[in-house]
Amino acid sequence: MIRVLALLMLLASFAAEAHKPSDSYLRLRIDGAEVAGQWDIALRDLEQAIGLDANGDGDITWGEVRARQADIAAYALARLKIEGDGKSCALRVTGHQVDHHSDGAYEVLGFAADCAAAPAAIEIGYSLFFDFDAQHKGLLNLQYQGRIQSLVFTPEQPKQRFVLGEMSALRQFVSYAREGVWHIWIGYDHILFLLSLLLPAVLLREHRHWLPVTRFGDAFWDVFKIVTSFTVAHSITLSLAALGVITLPTRLVESAIAASVVLAALNNLIPVVGGRRWVVAFAFGLIHGFGFAGVLAELGLPRNALVLALVGFNVGVEAGQLAIVSAFLPLAYFLRRSWFYRRVVLLGGSTAIVLVAMVWLLERAFNLKLISA
Amino acid sequence: MLYFEPPPQSLPGPATYTSIRSAMYRLPTLIFLIFFGLNGTAWPAPFTPASDDEVLERLPFKASATEGQELRQLRRALTEQPQNLERALALARRYFDLAGAEGDPRYVGYAEAAIRPWTSAADPPVGALVMHALVRQYRHEFDAALADLARAAERDPGNVEIWSWRSAILMVQADYTGARAACARVAPLASALLTAACTAIIDARTGKAANAYADLSAALTRRPDADAALKLWIQTRLAEAAVQLGRDQIAERHFKAGLALGVTDGYILAAYADFLLDQGRPLEAVSLLKNWERSDVLLLRLALAEDAAKLASAPAHFAMLKDRFEASALRGDKLHQQDEARLHLHQGDARGAVRLAAENYHLQREPSDALILLEAALAAKDVAAAQPALDWLRSSGYEDPAYAKLAQRLQELRK
Repeated sequence: MIRVLALLMLLASFAAEAHKPSDSYLRLRIDGAEVAGQWDIALRDLEQAIGLDANGDGDITWGEVRARQADIAAYALARLKIEGDGKSCALRVTGHQVDHHSDGAYEVLGFAADCAAAPAAIEIGYSLFFDFDAQHKGLLNLQYQGRIQSLVFTPEQPKQRFVLGEMSALRQFVSYAREGVWHIWIGYDHILFLLSLLLPAVLLREHRHWLPVTRFGDAFWDVFKIVTSFTVAHSITLSLAALGVITLPTRLVESAIAASVVLAALNNLIPVVGGRRWVVAFAFGLIHGFGFAGVLAELGLPRNALVLALVGFNVGVEAGQLAIVSAFLPLAYFLRRSWFYRRVVLLGGSTAIVLVAMVWLLERAFNLKLISA
Repeated sequence: MLYFEPPPQSLPGPATYTSIRSAMYRLPTLIFLIFFGLNGTAWPAPFTPASDDEVLERLPFKASATEGQELRQLRRALTEQPQNLERALALARRYFDLAGAEGDPRYVGYAEAAIRPWTSAADPPVGALVMHALVRQYRHEFDAALADLARAAERDPGNVEIWSWRSAILMVQADYTGARAACARVAPLASALLTAACTAIIDARTGKAANAYADLSAALTRRPDADAALKLWIQTRLAEAAVQLGRDQIAERHFKAGLALGVTDGYILAAYADFLLDQGRPLEAVSLLKNWERSDVLLLRLALAEDAAKLASAPAHFAMLKDRFEASALRGDKLHQQDEARLHLHQGDARGAVRLAAENYHLQREPSDALILLEAALAAKDVAAAQPALDWLRSSGYEDPAYAKLAQRLQELRK
């Protein structure tokens, strides 16, 4: 009786929207005969599959996960087949970590697939959890020569095949350039740094007062020096880091970038460095280059076209930067005489940038989550 | 507070980039971001916990709890006899009920897998067909679910479960004639209370809200011994009918009576929260929902209430919600469109809200689905998009002053 009652309650539409079904996130990066993989698998699902909560207290601790790492890897990798040109590639574990996704904690299984030779076509067979969860999906993210392809494995579609084919040098170049543009476009810390330095370019500091420049040429020249030195500096460190000559810890780099934004914006409020802001741009540009290198490292550099990709990416970054500058300069020049520009844009904007960057700095330096979502 | 990493969308960037990549924060919103958002900072990348004692995940229940023991027993029974349909159905049913109670769709996937050996066969037995229908309607595959039920009904027409589910699904599709016919098949097979409830909810949607209210409350008075879950459901429906009739105080009384039953139910929480929001009482909605972040439906209402009350926690909750919608989009799910539309509308994207609400309305046609379509269309000044909901409002005779007002404003727009 009760069961029948429940039926009529139309829980249907509510319940379906209450949570997310099970997914795993599989990332593969193909570079020649080597395939590097990262597989994020929900602890909830692993609990159902092999049982992780050893003491049965309803909490899964890191200790409990760690104790079962070998079992987790064996279970998962037995349910993944990677074939290059029809020949099976051997899978081996490269690391275990954890991560949080929007619906809970995940095991992050690092692995590598060793194929006999660089494959022309790759076939991936996925069967994780399909035996007991008919709605599980494997979300695949495949990276190859800077290209990214996303696909979904389901019980109905457990196999995917990709023809890798060689990309032409030009297409490869363009693809990395596009990534470069994209990363300056969404890299707010870089943009805010540059803007902080550019904001006073249409003004002159005299007797503790900001005065508008009289000629466009003056503003242009100032901007030119700043942008060029920033570009030269970050190109140097981007190349050095991308080629593996220098490596710095991410947290240090990210914190230093945040600090550079704070200082650059602060300089507009309490001017210390006046006309020589291009020196600041150069010095801190060196640090920002390491930040770009981090992005490039994640994208993966093709071994056979390292320089091409590096140059492409850098060109993309410059192009994105130029687009921002060319939007900024005429507008700022037009507004330079107004009270609005000096008070609201320069002082207000710089204050806001200082505040934002301070939060970034605290968060990055201490690995915190403050007010950012 | 909890923070989540968005799932990998295109490529795994380093900490800083992953989050900012999300399309909502483009350059034009930079200024907005500076002053309001402060978004776009590092998400936690994969990490190695510092201590073995660090708790990474809390399971819905302990292994020793009744649910855990029961599930183990059912699983073991099925493993012993994998060909035994009764055992598979018992396990699937348990999983399916858990999905409703815990709000976790994983269990629906488990239920579906448990009966797969039968549903993938050419001619599934009745029990497997009904279970399959339940799973499919959960995924909003309503037509497929109805087809399963129809096949099951051919062989077992006296099965009350088939007819009550059929009625429930047709209600979601706003096919009131069909739903009423299904209720007529329920009547000889079920209790008077259940039969009355089956009809009353249709009456409430077809211009007879006052009758529905009277019938439901009379039926409830006659059966004080009814199961708490059924009482809760009836109280919720009574409250909704009272809202339709413009009797807010009475509605409030039913919501409170329902909540006082102490049964965990997301539906009544959502309905009551909407009621409080409509009444301009966001702080009460916040305290009602404060521990319900895990449910997307309730998280949306919580964020809306916090925003209305100007609480600082609102932006973080909106961002959390956005992450969850993105994660669903990545797997190709479209189960969130009503809520997504509401979020878009709230954030001033009327065009996006109309698109989502219209697409949602193709699939689901409950009053709340019509409501968001009407609201979004009005905001976007797009009367044509609202037409299906306006048609429904006229043809069903659905009573509710709020709906009528929206419809009228849309009509004025047309002139």
